[in-house]
Amino acid sequence: MVKYKAFLIKYAEIGIKGKNRYIFENALVSQIKSALKAVDGSFQVTKEQGRLYVETLSDYDYEDVTEALKCVFGIVAICPVKIIEDTAWETLTKEVAVYMKETYADKNFTFKVAAKRADKNYPFTSPEVCIEMGAYLLEQFPELTVDVHNPDVIVNIEIRSKAYIYSMIIPGLGGLPVGTAGKAMVLLSGGIDSPVSSYMVAKRGVEVEAVYFHAPPYTSERAKQKVIDLAKKVSKYTGPIKLHVINFTEIQMYIYDQCPHDQLTIIMKRYMVKLAEALGEKDGCLGLVTGESIGQVASQTMQSMAVIEDACSMPIYRPVIAFDKQDIVDIAERIGTYEISIQPYEDCCTTFVAKHPVTKPTLKSICKSETHLEEKIEEMFQKALDNVEIIEIS
Amino acid sequence: MKAYLDNAATTIPFPEVREIMMQTMEKDYGNPSSMHQLGIDAENYIKEARQIIAKSLKAEEKEIIFTSGGTESNNQALIGAAFANKRKGMHLITTRIEHASVYNPMLFLEEQGFRVSYISVDKNGHINMEELLDAICEETILVSIMYVNNEIGAVENIADISKKIKEKKNDIIFHVDAIQAYGKYYIYPKRMGIDLLSVSGHKIHGPKGIGFLYIKDKLKINPYIYGGGQQKGLRSGTENVPGIAGLGMAAKLIYENQEEKIQRLYELKEYFIQKITALEDVYINGSDGMEITDMAPHVVSVCVKGVGSEVLLHALEDKGVYVSSGSACSSNHPALSGTLQAIGLEKKIIESTIRFSFSIFTTKEELDYAVTALEELLPILRRYVRR
Repeated sequence: MVKYKAFLIKYAEIGIKGKNRYIFENALVSQIKSALKAVDGSFQVTKEQGRLYVETLSDYDYEDVTEALKCVFGIVAICPVKIIEDTAWETLTKEVAVYMKETYADKNFTFKVAAKRADKNYPFTSPEVCIEMGAYLLEQFPELTVDVHNPDVIVNIEIRSKAYIYSMIIPGLGGLPVGTAGKAMVLLSGGIDSPVSSYMVAKRGVEVEAVYFHAPPYTSERAKQKVIDLAKKVSKYTGPIKLHVINFTEIQMYIYDQCPHDQLTIIMKRYMVKLAEALGEKDGCLGLVTGESIGQVASQTMQSMAVIEDACSMPIYRPVIAFDKQDIVDIAERIGTYEISIQPYEDCCTTFVAKHPVTKPTLKSICKSETHLEEKIEEMFQKALDNVEIIEIS
Repeated sequence: MKAYLDNAATTIPFPEVREIMMQTMEKDYGNPSSMHQLGIDAENYIKEARQIIAKSLKAEEKEIIFTSGGTESNNQALIGAAFANKRKGMHLITTRIEHASVYNPMLFLEEQGFRVSYISVDKNGHINMEELLDAICEETILVSIMYVNNEIGAVENIADISKKIKEKKNDIIFHVDAIQAYGKYYIYPKRMGIDLLSVSGHKIHGPKGIGFLYIKDKLKINPYIYGGGQQKGLRSGTENVPGIAGLGMAAKLIYENQEEKIQRLYELKEYFIQKITALEDVYINGSDGMEITDMAPHVVSVCVKGVGSEVLLHALEDKGVYVSSGSACSSNHPALSGTLQAIGLEKKIIESTIRFSFSIFTTKEELDYAVTALEELLPILRRYVRR
């Protein structure tokens, strides 16, 4: 196998962000550095002439590095690069041939050479390098065919003080680097949807924090651990997550005592978004994120969501709002959260759920029920906020 | 205060167990198969443990093999005996209240072409003798029955069962899962007509990851782990010397003053049952018309009406009282307990059942504390239920 000394990082959308481009590039550099922290080895991320390179300064594991880079939003493609120190034509042709031999076992494909000459003193011009190198490779590997319009493989050769060879393109996730779009507070349950939602907003550059509502003894420590495990999985893509754990038992029981049972879930959710908003405001979040999807359960009808939304003034983002369950599951499986989500620990929303919860609540009726909470709810609300447990996930 | 009342799940190791295990790691860390002195020193721990265990069963040393625990012992016994004897017949018999480590190997054997009969039990978990005897046919090669049930503490009359099944067909292999029984009862396989007997270390204040299988001399069973031929080829793999040494020590200590200890356990159990059933709507499962001494001394299955078992478990945990809901394995399998269904309990009762289980280290103070905690919790927990 070829020993790649560097990886060329290609990005797309960042390129069109005009004067803000440097902000996006810097964010990408910092996300790449952070992703590589978890990988053994020493790496340097450099920005030069509008390109990003990850250079390897020590031994490293190829799979580990590409897997880590494949989790960084903003990267469109990753190209493993072979670096040739001696650019003399003799050496260069030989080394490119070795590269082709090691990279492609079966050479029945079409190709072209794309050359760039930054070193203007080099004895060949770029078109000459293309032609001469192409001819040399054809001679070495007679199975190859040249196709300059639509080749299977483009052999890129960049000649500077050293020569950089690359032809393989590993697709990245796309999107925008985390941290370029502001911060949001995710309401993370142990379910399938909210981790996927976290992933999706992060893909558009949003930095995420999370809040989990814990209701001991009705929800177990294992349910909480499950949420921590989910946050950890998601943090592979989003970067470190500040997870807030709110003890929700007292508020939940109070609502249970004071309000009609079929409205329990809706009223609970209204207090959840209020608490999430309060936590988010403190940390400079610009919105809330949930895993709601229209019609999935009683509290996710359009009527219910309208009533829940009324409880807070921050915008609520719902990335999977129009997704079918299977589509959400597909993403969850891909990002590795699915098998954690399906562990059978109840969350606080299901513990006391009514047999026939309201599906078309009106704001008026809900607000009327909530007047029964006036006596103690503010105090409980404050207590829940004061006692929040913070877990740094990375 | 803390009250660890989940001893059917696992027990705290004896201090002497910890010590001897440390010795095998600090000083006598040799491979028991090595020819040199370090190897011999390590092998001596195994010999010693085997001696203690053989003596406790009034069996011969060569009849004991060490395994990775109860699950492996059960798997080895059932799969090993079934395959070694399948030319004689392919019918197996067990009960409806077995642990998953018997039940699932049986399912595996069914996939391999064996036929398995699952015998029903009465409301107290006792096997239906008539049904058992009727199930025996020409093809029957093995009967597997648990000595003490892990969920309700029902005790089967092993000697009687053995006598009757062997009267009907004398070459039946009789396997007994004694994982909850060893240490609580004197078990003598020869006198009781047991051919295979499974025991686990960590239920008797020994370490986890170790157990043994008694295999009656000359009984034919196939190994299912292949390798360097240790333990006469029946269980290849370098012996778990720390585990074996710990298990031997635990077996020795658990049978010291055994009768006295068991007597005390029964007193504690009686005291506990009296106190806990004095609470409103609290019942003991599987004890209908039973003498307390006809049930295991360490397991009490309690139904607390109107409260979900998992919620109750966590609420008790919050007060430092540790119990199980139904069976200890339930965190992996949230399905309803097989035993509780088999003794005819309704779903509602099963979902409100928790298991208290004691050990020789359990104190009266712990029991008082647990009952008081439960008493305090009940009014609150019963108020908030799913409607």
